[in-house]
This record gives sequence, structure tokens and C-alpha cells, in this order.
Amino acid sequence: MSNHLKNITLRIWRQAGPAAKGNFETHVVDEITDEASFLEMLDILNDKLVTEGKEAVVFDHDCREGICGTCSLMIDGQAHGPQRGTATCQLHMRQFKSNDTITIEPWRASAFPIIKDLMVDRSAFDRIIESGGYITADTGGAPDANLIPIPKVIADAAMDSAECIGCGACVAACPNGAANLFTGAKIAHLSRLPQGQAERYSRVESMVETMDDHFGSCTSHGECEAACPKEISIDVIALMNKDFRKAKFANRKDLARK
Amino acid sequence: MTLTDELFAKNTVKLDSKIPDGPVADKWDNYKENMKLVNPNNKRKFKVIVVGTGLAGASAAATLAELGYQVDAFTFHDSARRAHSIAAQGGINGAKNYKGDGDSVHRLFYDTVKGGDFRAREANVHRLAQVSVDIIDQMVAQGVPFAREYGGLLDNRSFGGAQVSRTFYARGQTGQQLLLGAYQQFSRQVGLGGISLYNRSELIDIVVIDGRASGIVVRDLVTGEITSHAAHAVVLATGGYGNAFFLSTNAMACNVTAAWRAHRKGALFANPCYTQIHPTCIPQSDDSQSKLTLMSESLRNDGRVWVPVNPNETRPAHEVPEEERDYYLERLYPSFGNLAPRDISSRAAKRAVDKGQGVGPKKNGVYLDFSEAIERLGHDVVQERYGNLFEMYERIAGENPYETPMRIYPASHYTMGGLWVDYELQTNIPGLYAAGEANFSDHGANRLGASALMQGLADGYFVLPYTIGNGLAPLLNKPMPGIDHPEFKAAEDAARNRYNAYLAINGTKSPDYFHRELGKIIWDYCGMERTEEGLKKALELLPALYQEFKTDLRVTGSGDDMNQTLEKAGRVDDFFQLGMLMCRDALDRKESCGGHFRAEYQTDEGEALRDDVNYCHVAAWQWGGDPMTPNLNVEPLEFEAVHLATRSYK
Repeated sequence: MSNHLKNITLRIWRQAGPAAKGNFETHVVDEITDEASFLEMLDILNDKLVTEGKEAVVFDHDCREGICGTCSLMIDGQAHGPQRGTATCQLHMRQFKSNDTITIEPWRASAFPIIKDLMVDRSAFDRIIESGGYITADTGGAPDANLIPIPKVIADAAMDSAECIGCGACVAACPNGAANLFTGAKIAHLSRLPQGQAERYSRVESMVETMDDHFGSCTSHGECEAACPKEISIDVIALMNKDFRKAKFANRKDLARK
Repeated sequence: MTLTDELFAKNTVKLDSKIPDGPVADKWDNYKENMKLVNPNNKRKFKVIVVGTGLAGASAAATLAELGYQVDAFTFHDSARRAHSIAAQGGINGAKNYKGDGDSVHRLFYDTVKGGDFRAREANVHRLAQVSVDIIDQMVAQGVPFAREYGGLLDNRSFGGAQVSRTFYARGQTGQQLLLGAYQQFSRQVGLGGISLYNRSELIDIVVIDGRASGIVVRDLVTGEITSHAAHAVVLATGGYGNAFFLSTNAMACNVTAAWRAHRKGALFANPCYTQIHPTCIPQSDDSQSKLTLMSESLRNDGRVWVPVNPNETRPAHEVPEEERDYYLERLYPSFGNLAPRDISSRAAKRAVDKGQGVGPKKNGVYLDFSEAIERLGHDVVQERYGNLFEMYERIAGENPYETPMRIYPASHYTMGGLWVDYELQTNIPGLYAAGEANFSDHGANRLGASALMQGLADGYFVLPYTIGNGLAPLLNKPMPGIDHPEFKAAEDAARNRYNAYLAINGTKSPDYFHRELGKIIWDYCGMERTEEGLKKALELLPALYQEFKTDLRVTGSGDDMNQTLEKAGRVDDFFQLGMLMCRDALDRKESCGGHFRAEYQTDEGEALRDDVNYCHVAAWQWGGDPMTPNLNVEPLEFEAVHLATRSYK
């Protein structure tokens, strides 16, 4: 049965725009059921703010099923809050107690500039994918899907890293603001599959270089893995690094042949 | 003279469905052989706008750019990867017959027409079934990690309304993997310069000049700036309108605005009353709830649906003995059992709950029980198949489904209605196309499971790239209006005034308040079961609430920066207008079919009772200047390859 939580104090980051100076604003949510999700609590707060004639707190969210990767939020200093393997939208108030004070901040990373309040711009992730996070297969002319058998373990391992939702928690959790888990996950997904072999080394080289243009460097803290709502293993970074090193040789050889 | 003939004679718009000649199995090939082509070097002279980057939009934009067209793509999300196609769980159908269980293009075609209760256009559905096999090949080539068997070949599962295994899946995240596949292909074209991407940009109007779609007006959600964009063709791949119910499995931002703005500019809106209520969602737990979460239909492969026979049952599920359980789907529909189609399963759940047999604290659900499957297959196999869905359930409901049966209840999930399109997916406005859930064409009155992903990708990959070329070829080197045309300026001004007006009302209630109230009316009177009396009541309540919206809305902040309250106001406004049309369409369709169930029209056994003499037609509504006075146009449906029959899953 549901319980009612009382007197939750929220310290929420408000910032009018990218260049504005931000500050914490305090609000109290009097009563809420523990069946409510964390974002529903923010909905209730926003509804109250609008009714009182104040501006609603801006935050990114959409599917509320933990799959679209739109939601974010540093909750008490943890990306996506205290529950392991759970995106903010799937976090429920039963994880909190009456009289708790909860601090809510946006992702903080120089590659993710703040747009307003809790919303940031994560388009640097798209730039990484655009630079090589795909298998080139123009529409039409694909061979029969069962032509190349893919061992189940390989397909499963590819799927493990393909589950990344692109939310940016890994970057927000990283003291260096590095995007290695995100980039590594896509590289691991594609380079484990037979279809991904043709572009394996050109892909890793160009994706890593684009990543370095926008993000900080990895120093193997492992915070990314702990923060990832999909619990993607840091092993993907090792795989990416290995392939990147190989690419430096492989690509040079290819070039020499030309 | 049938009602269809009578209505058809009164059409105010000439509806030409452009179905090609020949037997149904040859129509698509005939079309392709006779269509006009654009020379590869001329393709770059054409600009195509694609709105929406879900499966249909991303695949269309990527393919058109690969062919050489200049593509401008728009999404209101921060990234093209966020579109709601991503949330589809269960799978995608493809008539591959890899299982050797008797599947074929014809069988998928027939199942889809029958599943849609014979209210879809036969030729479109056949084409969908034909290209379904190409989709699977295309997605595998792109690296979509579909589930495989130990030998390395692709695995399949079954979905509702089919007696073969033709559903391909990637754990419980098939939509995510397919969308990421399309998004990656799309991103490649962004990187190569074939696509110009406008993110966080919402379509707020369509511009029609001399009867032809000439471009769109968008609002930059970050800066509030309103700009115009001209093109030779505009594709709307903007999804469905399930959020009209407020509580639905749709993402929070899903809305009808793009389709509705097109409708107001002359595009017909077809069958708005065909909405799908999905049987397996987590029941509502409290009043502040913002959305409902789907539990994939694939769970019904192994889960058994039941309610206690005794409405006053208080024991926990595992203590209720077998003989005191009613496995009502297995009892009522023995040949399909727990895999009965969605509309039928939803109504059966509603009836059980209405009879007081509901379970859970609010008695608003039915059990979906895995104990027999766990016994038969073992914990590990069940975990392998459904592990992530079980985890998701536990996070939301706070109960472990390996130990306690899930509780489920129907919720708004998908809309079969949408913009009217012809065989080429073109609306009645030349140059304006609609793809994926935004159009009405393939699912009739009820969509089968795992067919939404199939349709989105079919439209985007394998239909539009051909039909758009056919439409553009005659326009080569002809002058087209640019954004300096006064119509663009007028549309921008109208849009600006509309948004300023929301800010100026300065009333007392938020857009969310109105959305919630609107949703309640539509759910109560235009949901799983509809009556003439209820619909008439809704058509009194809706205009009254809409009036209140126009006078008592409060939108804080300004129009010159990121303002989610203002965005919401525009979307709720359009939902109000659509809501009235949904009820009107439901009132006028005096029969039951698929997801449209009118209590007055049912068999003795409580099944949908169609009226093929008078209602075997598409109801395509024309904007009449006021949401309460639309004009009805009909397209009669003719069936050549299948015989109209009463749908039976017994």
C-alpha cells in the first residue's frame, strides 16, 4: 500500500540561460505518495509554481520508461539518483523518507552547456555518432538476414553495449567529463558484429578523435560504470582503446597501400 | 443505396486513393514499374522536409539523403535518437517464414487485414507485408543485434492475432535497437551533409501555396524564435495522438500538433476514433500519475491472464486455488488463448474489473501470472526472455513478478487513425506526405502487435523514397515559392499571435490541469467502450472545458526562451480540437469494429458487431472552421483478395 511522504525539501538549481549566473532555490513539497515517481514530484511542484504565477522548473524528460535517455538530473550528487541501474524517470519516491532534503542539479560538464535550469545541451554525443557510429548500409540491396550466422554469445554481447540510452550520466559522473563509456559502448556494439568489421578501424579512429574534440580524457575512475542506468561495463572502454591502438597501425598500412 | 454510397455522393473533397491496377499481389510491382524517376544528378535540386525522427522519419530522411535529395530534418527532441519509437518493446513482424511454420507474405497480409477488423485499405496492407522481409534484411545489415539462437540464426516469437512465429526482437528493447539503427544511418547522412538537422524545433504550422504544401513554420524551443522553411515536399512522421487521453503509454511530449496543423490547412483526418487500448500496462497507482507504462505483449507468450472467480477475494494470488481462478482469455478464446488480439483482450479485462473481479489495492487490474512458465521453463529461461521487463515492473510497482503475479490493465497506447493518405502516402494536399503512426493507412480499426515498427520502417525505407520521387519528377526546374512569399509571413504572424495569446490569458490553471481534465472526458466516453449517450455528453463537456481553457489558462514565463509550459499550452489546445473530432467520429460510426466498440452494436456474446453494408468505409474529416463542425468525406473500402468475415479468435 502507498504511504505518504511529508515535508520534502528540494534545493533546485535555477539558471535563466547559458550565460546567466545560477543559484539554488528551495521549495517544500508538503505531501506526496511514495508511489509517485521522482519526476511526478517535479510535475506537482511545477503545477504549483505555475498556478502561483511563477516560472516552472525546466528539466528534460520524455518517455518516463527509462529508455529514451532524455531525463537527467544530479540528485544529491549522484547522476540519476541513489538507485543503481535506474534512470531518474524510473526512480520512485519510495526511495526517500519524509523530511528529506534533496539537492537537484543539472549534468555538470563543459561539453554539456546548461540551456536553462536543469536542462543541458548534449548534442556533442550526436557529433560522435555522426563521425562514425554506424555501419554503412544504404537502404536496399541488403543480403538475406540469415546469411551470416552470428553466435548467440556475440549477439548478446553486442546487445549489452547497444543498450546505451545516450543520457550522459557517464559524462556527468566523471571527474574529467569524459565520454569514453558512451563512445566505447557504440564501438563495442558495432565492432563485435561481423557486419561491423569493414569499418572497424576507421570507425574507432574517427569517433575517438571527435570525442576528444569535445570531452575530457579518461583516467579510469570507473564512476561512469557506477552511474550508468543500463549498467554498461567499463570493459567497452578497454575494447575501444585496444581497437584505437590497432587502428593507428592498420589505417597507416591501408594508407601506404594507396 | 447504402450509407457509404450516400455519404460518398456528398464528399466535399475528391478522394483518389491512387491504388495501382492489377491483382493485389502485383500492385506494388506495377506501381514501381510505371512510376516517374528523378535522374541522380537532378535529385540534389530538390529539397524535402522531414518532420519527426522516429522510425518513419529517420529512415525516410536517411534514405532520401542517400539517394541525393537535400533533406531538412526537424525534431522537437534534443537528439534524433529520443523519438518515442524507442520505447517499443516487443518486436517487429517480418514474413520470413524462418520457422517453417507456414508463414508467407499473403498470411501476414491476411492477418493484418483481419486483425484490423476489415477496415484497412487492402492494397496498402499487402505492400506492407511484402516489404516486411526487406526491413529485417536492412536492419540486420546495419548491425541491429536481434535475438539469435545458439546456431547463430535469428530467433522469433509469437504475437497476438497470429498463429505463426514471425516476430523478430532484441530483448525487450526492439524499438530502441531499430530506432538506433535508423538514427545511426540518419546521423551518417548528417555527418556527410546530406541532412541538415534542426533539433529542439517544433513544427507549428504548414504553409500551403496554390494548393501545394510549400514548407513549414517552426518554433525554436530554446530561443522561442519562429522561422519558415520552404521545400518541394514535406513529410510528417510525427507519431500518433494517444496522449489525447492524458494517461497513456506515450512519451510525455507526444502530441498531435503537426498533424492537426496540417488538418487545419486542408488535410483530411481519417478515422480519429480508431484508438488502441493496450491490454498489458501497469495499472494507475495514484492520482498524480503522469503516464502509464506498458508491459510488452510478448509477456503473453508465457504469462497467463486470470482474475479470482470471487469478487470479494482477499487472499494473495498464490493462495487462490486453481479452481477459483478464471483464466478468462483461455476460456473465451481457446485457439488464441492469452494471445488474443489487443482490442479483444482489453475489453475482456475491462469486463472482469467492471464485474468487481479486479485485483490490487485499487481493484483496477488483472493478474498476468508467470508461475506456470517458471515451473515449465525454469527461472533462468524466463529471466533470459523477460528479465528487463520484470525489473522495470518491480521498479514501478514495487513487487517482484517472479514471486507475485504482475498486475496489468489496459491503457491508451497507439492510434490507428491519422492523416488520410493515398497509396503514395500523400495527403490530399499535394506535396504533403504522412508516414508511420501519423497516417491512417495500414492497421484499420485495430493494430496487431509488432506491426507498428514494421509500418514505420516500411513507410520510411521502402515506400516514400519511391513515391516522393514520382511526385517530384514533374516539378524539375519549375520555380517554387520561397520563404519570402507572403504566405510564409502570414503563417509566422498567426503562429506568433497564437503563442502570445496563451501568455496573455493570465488565468488560474496550468496547461497540465486542462490536459488531465480533457483526458478524463475522452477516456470515460471515448475509451474502451462507447455509447451514443456518452459521446453526446462528451461533445457537450469538451467545448465547455475548451472555453474555460481559452479564458482561464495560465502560462508563466515568456515566449522568448525555453518555456515548457508554453509548449504544452499549444499542444493541449490542439488535443482539445482533436478530442472533439474523435468523439464526433465515434458517434457517427454506428457499428463496432476493432478498437472502436459501441455498446449498442455487439453480438450476443459481447463481440464487436460490424455493419459492412453501411460502414465499410474510411471516414475522412475535413476542417470546417470550427472543431465542432467538421465535414465528413468517405472513401469506400473494396476488398478483392480477402472476404469480409466476422473476426473470430475462438
